[in-house]
Amino acid sequence: MTDRSSDKEKTLGDALRSQGVSRRSFLKFCAATASMMAISPAMIPKIAEALEKARKPSVIWLSFQECTGCTESLTRAHATTIENLIFDSISLDYHHTLQAAAGHAAEEAREVAMKENHGEYLLVVDGSIPMGDPGYSTIAGISNYDMLMEAAEGAAAIISVGTCATYGGLPMAKPNPTGAVSVGDLIKDKPIINVPGCPPIPVVITGVLTHFLTFGAIPELDHIGRPMVFYGQSIHDRCYRRPFYDKGLFAETFDDEGAQKGWCLYKLGCKGPTTYNACATTKWNNGTSFPIEAGHPCIGCSEPRFWDGGGFYKALSMPTQDIGKTAVYTAAGAVAAGVAIGGLNKLTKSGAAAAHDKTTIDDLEKE
Amino acid sequence: MSESVQFNIQVGNDLTWNVAPLLHEVKHALKKLIDDGKTSIIDLRSIPLAPGEEDTILQTLGQGEVHARLDALGPSEIIETQYSGVWLITHYNADDEIISRFIEVTNMPDILNSQKEDVAEAYGRLAATLENPELQNN
Repeated sequence: MTDRSSDKEKTLGDALRSQGVSRRSFLKFCAATASMMAISPAMIPKIAEALEKARKPSVIWLSFQECTGCTESLTRAHATTIENLIFDSISLDYHHTLQAAAGHAAEEAREVAMKENHGEYLLVVDGSIPMGDPGYSTIAGISNYDMLMEAAEGAAAIISVGTCATYGGLPMAKPNPTGAVSVGDLIKDKPIINVPGCPPIPVVITGVLTHFLTFGAIPELDHIGRPMVFYGQSIHDRCYRRPFYDKGLFAETFDDEGAQKGWCLYKLGCKGPTTYNACATTKWNNGTSFPIEAGHPCIGCSEPRFWDGGGFYKALSMPTQDIGKTAVYTAAGAVAAGVAIGGLNKLTKSGAAAAHDKTTIDDLEKE
Repeated sequence: MSESVQFNIQVGNDLTWNVAPLLHEVKHALKKLIDDGKTSIIDLRSIPLAPGEEDTILQTLGQGEVHARLDALGPSEIIETQYSGVWLITHYNADDEIISRFIEVTNMPDILNSQKEDVAEAYGRLAATLENPELQNN
């Protein structure tokens, strides 16, 4: 956090070379980056070229009503050297958990960074904002709302990290005692990248930062502000247990034959079909596994209002293994498979929306 | 590399069925290398694989004549499989955890080549070393 002006003049390539990082090491970093961003390996040379010329952006990180799990997740993004490279490629000017400075010095660092980089810095926010009584969460006597609005004014873009900042999260759970709201509820005039998850996958957080560095722009977002590159596909579609779903093979309890054989966890409440995240491919703990691989259903932590969804162990709705029969109920007379599948999707969505009550095969067959 | 942790995970015989299609993709990539000289890279992280399926792929490809190790931001293993032209590249971080794994179909993975920038830097460094008066007297 020293000598920011000279630091900013250097490109990332210059900075790495001055630290003795070889071109070969840099290419390895770019290969790992392409893999984590789910970008075609053919793009590795282009990533290398773009990162080589990138300049270090100033990053201000604000933490509001949160559990620090998102920061815990980020600091475990890959280990040591690769993580250092990502941190070396930004100038983290304020993060009250990670920075050495405290008290007035810390707040001064934030104010200086905001002034020097006005209009150019990246603002990262984790945690929701209490609008009921600001006294629930303050920093240096400043309410979360005031600090957010002041910092957002000069930001080039905002990255909301974690489900609290993106959609309100656990603080917003009924009865929402603090009047928690998300960043997007308050700020409408800045580009906001939502990186939900409780917490988000570490490399997804760094991947978004790296994307900004590589391409100098925010990534393509879905309808609720999430980067398509990480949240473009459902857990279900990328799940290695998907073939069991298609064959109608389900675990009915956590210790039955199906559970032991690794069958689909849909009937145990898995929210994989309605959850968009990269867990099934990027996985956790440096690619070791993800909850479904450990035998637990997905709880849908990257989706809005997952906390009030009616129970983590309630099945979403009717499984689709008997697609021909089910389609008859939903798309009467439709012959084309595409139409039938469309009808089934509508049924699934409406079933999920209806308070997530469990719909059994028997219930549907009565209709 | 550190010893891998063994998990007692029970899985059924029917998994993702992605192993055979992926190996066929490698076969087609090899044909493309032979016919057009075009190289291909497959990111193993981009394909859903059940526990044990990646091992099946690696066992099928086997190990050939070349086994190189890089030390660049943590180790990397570059292995030519028993099928010449099919390389397995595994990047580890400094804690020996896998950060990415690729199958590269090429005559020589680019990361093994000396890089132009590193060569230029090496020239400057060697020249500076030779200007050392102690060396000039030898």
